[in-house]
Amino acid sequence: MKRDVFQAIADPTRRAIIALVALQAMTPNALAEHFSTTRQAVSKHLRIITECELLTPEQRGREIYYRLEIDKMKEIDEWLEQYRQIWETRFEQLGEVLDVMKKEKEKGDK
Amino acid sequence: MEFVVNKEAKTVEITKDFDAPRDLVWDAYTKPELLDKWWAPKPLTSRTTAMDFEVGGRRFYAMVMPDGQERWAVQKYTSITPKSNFKFFNAFSDENENLQLPGSDWDFNFTESGDKTTVHVAIYNESLERMERIMADGGFQKGTEAQLQNLEELLNKLSQQKGRASE
Repeated sequence: MKRDVFQAIADPTRRAIIALVALQAMTPNALAEHFSTTRQAVSKHLRIITECELLTPEQRGREIYYRLEIDKMKEIDEWLEQYRQIWETRFEQLGEVLDVMKKEKEKGDK
Repeated sequence: MEFVVNKEAKTVEITKDFDAPRDLVWDAYTKPELLDKWWAPKPLTSRTTAMDFEVGGRRFYAMVMPDGQERWAVQKYTSITPKSNFKFFNAFSDENENLQLPGSDWDFNFTESGDKTTVHVAIYNESLERMERIMADGGFQKGTEAQLQNLEELLNKLSQQKGRASE
């Protein structure tokens, strides 16, 4: 199955990695120092996040630096926006229904 | 409209003011013929086939897509305090009311101040799957449904980054 951005943020360690890399591009070794897990575990997370296209490895001299793909993060916001939009539409409709109800009630009160 | 995603509580909370007295808003939420006028976001329509608004009762309805496809759901009322609060357990079902679990718990609060009524909706999902079901309940088009994989993960992310997305 193709990975997507939501898998990248599914795990607390991966979210922490993303938060760190968001500040500056980092090497796997530098990242691993922030975690009590093994270096292999950190590497595995890096691989997954990279497959999700949220991180890009960059060769700089002898080191590999991981860089955050900010645009990919926007997918999360866009996705949430759709859900918010549903409620906007729903409540707009409710507002219209209430307007009609109010008018009918005023008629009935006369 | 305020739209808040809360990771710790595993909820989505939506708050909205309406320029209408509380008894009208309450009716709009608790009478099937009124619910059907607004519950489904366009272009979907809502069709309630059975509803008994009482604790232990339920609303059985379909979201009808523009192409005529139906998606059934059951909302079982678990608590009712007239004019101020009600709760239901929401789950998708087939056309014979066989539930497709898991579902989600919804909590509606109505408060009146002056000419306005504030509606507060809290949707609680124990699991990612439940969240997906709610999302699907919104009637997303097929193309976007593929994207709706992991709201729980999104909740985690959002709560970390900003925790709050309001207009």
